[in-house]
Amino acid sequence: MQFTFKGAAAALAMSTMLAGTAQAELTGNLRIFFNDQNPAPKAAMEGMVERFQALHPALNIELTLIDREANKTQIRNYLTANAPDVNGWYAGNRMRPFVAAGLFEDVSDLWAGEMGEELASTRPALTLDGKQWGVPYSYYQWGIYYRQDIFEELGLSVPTTWEEEKANCQVILESGRKCYTIGTRFLWTTGGWFDYLNLRTHGYDFHMALTAGEIPWTDDRVRETFAKWRELIDMGAFIDDHTAYTWQEAQPFLVNGEAAAYLMGNFLVAPLREAGLTDDQLGFYQFPEITPGIPMAEDAPTDTLHIPAQAQNKDNARAFLQFVASAENQTIVNEVLGQLPINRNASVADDKFIQAGFEMLSNATGGIAQFFDRDTDAEMAAAGMEGFQEFMVMPDNLDAILQRLESVRQRVTAN
Amino acid sequence: MTVTETPAPRPPATGQWWRRNQMRVAPWLFLAPGIAFFALYVIYPIFQSFNISFYRWDGLGEPVPVGLENYRQLLDDRAFYTSLRNNVKWLLLYLLAIPGGLFIALFLNQQIRGMRLYKSLFFFPFVISQVVVGLVFAWFYNPAIGLFNPLIGLFGVAPMNVLGNPNTVTYGIIAAGLWPQIAYCMILYLTGLNAVDPEQVEAARLDGAKGWKMLWYVILPQLRPATFIAVVVTVIGAMRSFDMISVMTNGGPFGSSRVLAYYMFEVSLSEYGFRMGYGAAIAVVLFLIMMVYIAFFLWRMWREERGY
Repeated sequence: MQFTFKGAAAALAMSTMLAGTAQAELTGNLRIFFNDQNPAPKAAMEGMVERFQALHPALNIELTLIDREANKTQIRNYLTANAPDVNGWYAGNRMRPFVAAGLFEDVSDLWAGEMGEELASTRPALTLDGKQWGVPYSYYQWGIYYRQDIFEELGLSVPTTWEEEKANCQVILESGRKCYTIGTRFLWTTGGWFDYLNLRTHGYDFHMALTAGEIPWTDDRVRETFAKWRELIDMGAFIDDHTAYTWQEAQPFLVNGEAAAYLMGNFLVAPLREAGLTDDQLGFYQFPEITPGIPMAEDAPTDTLHIPAQAQNKDNARAFLQFVASAENQTIVNEVLGQLPINRNASVADDKFIQAGFEMLSNATGGIAQFFDRDTDAEMAAAGMEGFQEFMVMPDNLDAILQRLESVRQRVTAN
Repeated sequence: MTVTETPAPRPPATGQWWRRNQMRVAPWLFLAPGIAFFALYVIYPIFQSFNISFYRWDGLGEPVPVGLENYRQLLDDRAFYTSLRNNVKWLLLYLLAIPGGLFIALFLNQQIRGMRLYKSLFFFPFVISQVVVGLVFAWFYNPAIGLFNPLIGLFGVAPMNVLGNPNTVTYGIIAAGLWPQIAYCMILYLTGLNAVDPEQVEAARLDGAKGWKMLWYVILPQLRPATFIAVVVTVIGAMRSFDMISVMTNGGPFGSSRVLAYYMFEVSLSEYGFRMGYGAAIAVVLFLIMMVYIAFFLWRMWREERGY
């Protein structure tokens, strides 16, 4: 899919030009490969490009939208041959193969100024080898989405500690429901559970060291995390047969009230609303504390834009990234996306879940993790999530699973 | 194009050469495009895979030569053995399509009004894409909405999570794969049955042969060419059982339904893959296994051509 915005935005240009910008007039080309074709991200990106075009009417912008999954393999081709000027990707370790191969442009110069301060919360996620390699435009919170009406019916309140969480779960189980729905067919959903159990049991620093491959998987502290997980598994807290479902196929259990909660990212809200749950039925709470006193850290996967090292129009690309990072743009874009802006001067949409997420992440004193498969090496992520799924079905295999993960870790770190 | 390829009459010198060698050169000219593409897209990649399997390479940076390291890793890779075991299961159980197809073909080989309709209905599963078959069966097995559990419930069997259980998942996928494969074998046998000599059947009947004896000693020997083709396509079908696994389980739960072809894809080309060297090593192993079968197949073809 390709669009040219030049003509369409001409009218808009007149009005916004009056507002005036300090930037010099840009000419030439700007080719953007964006990695999402879903309606909301598509609208957000097109809006972004249209407004940028209005600022620079002489610029010839070409936007190509690539399917989210297809982009994960295509990026390898387009970064090495016929690179665009800007491309969409993810923060964290997911950037590493391209940074290591010299395919991403170092954009530390952009981060050096005012922009770096405004985006400070995600600076660590965009930093590898002491340099920044891209600019974030949006992120979203993870947490527990639950059925408020079921909680009210059973007289439960939102838990803040592990003991309360388990006590609640016991009541829910006795009412003939399951505590949590989950669909592990595509494995990644298990990563959310591991992240939160590990972050809450041992804290951010331990979690990041583990995902960076610095701590053996056979470490006793890792076992403690799995022991917490096992408490829930032994209670029968998760729905049966979760290996057969995708994350979408697991939603009906929550919608039909057969399960009371779902640990998921904020993108869950849209399909649940569509399925008929109102804001009175659906609630959100932060994953409760496990080890008392550990600062709360959260998963908040960040979506980013990068400049390929082989880009033809790097000056235009830099100007665009600067525009993307601005408070005004992030406010508009995240309103459309239904997600959170990263720029601290941007304002947040008036939505129950987005507000809750904003508050939670603003107070995430422990730190912000990306997600298991973005914080770890790709090979480690695949082996890890496969192990988590096996553990959820056969918790007795834990020793064998950890041995296997450890041998993968050793191979990955040796390389 | 070279001069030799231009058609005859124009310059006398080349024309004479062409006339003298026409018979010898023409077949090679016709074969040339096929040979060129086969060499470029089949033969060359085989050697390329062999070569890549001695490197560690993520597809982006510089390949690092590691000798036999990838193969050493394969030897203590649990996933590799699971895949290998599953390949054997596929190979053996997929062969059930041959007797299955034969009996349906025998059943359908009669003169009844509307037989063509029944035949096409039985052939239908082969016409639809493997991906669709996989999807339909995945829904069929789905423990929440599928028809499979109510169905076995009629016989008093407890509900099962076929695709989510490591012990049943491969059989579940093979069953789905058998559905179109049986239809394929059926069609092969139906055409074979058309060629069965009615006089031989008549003679056998006069000699008192019927039922199983008739089938085994009179019909089956005449169906040998059909059986041969059925075995070939079924074995190949079992070996490239990739799409169904990808659609129905993604190799899961925790890798228990992988086969070598799928594992190779997962390691080298999927979202978390890009270990090209390791993937190539798996491909080499799969190639060597296939080679045994292909060699047998070629040897048989050659023997038959010589008229034994």
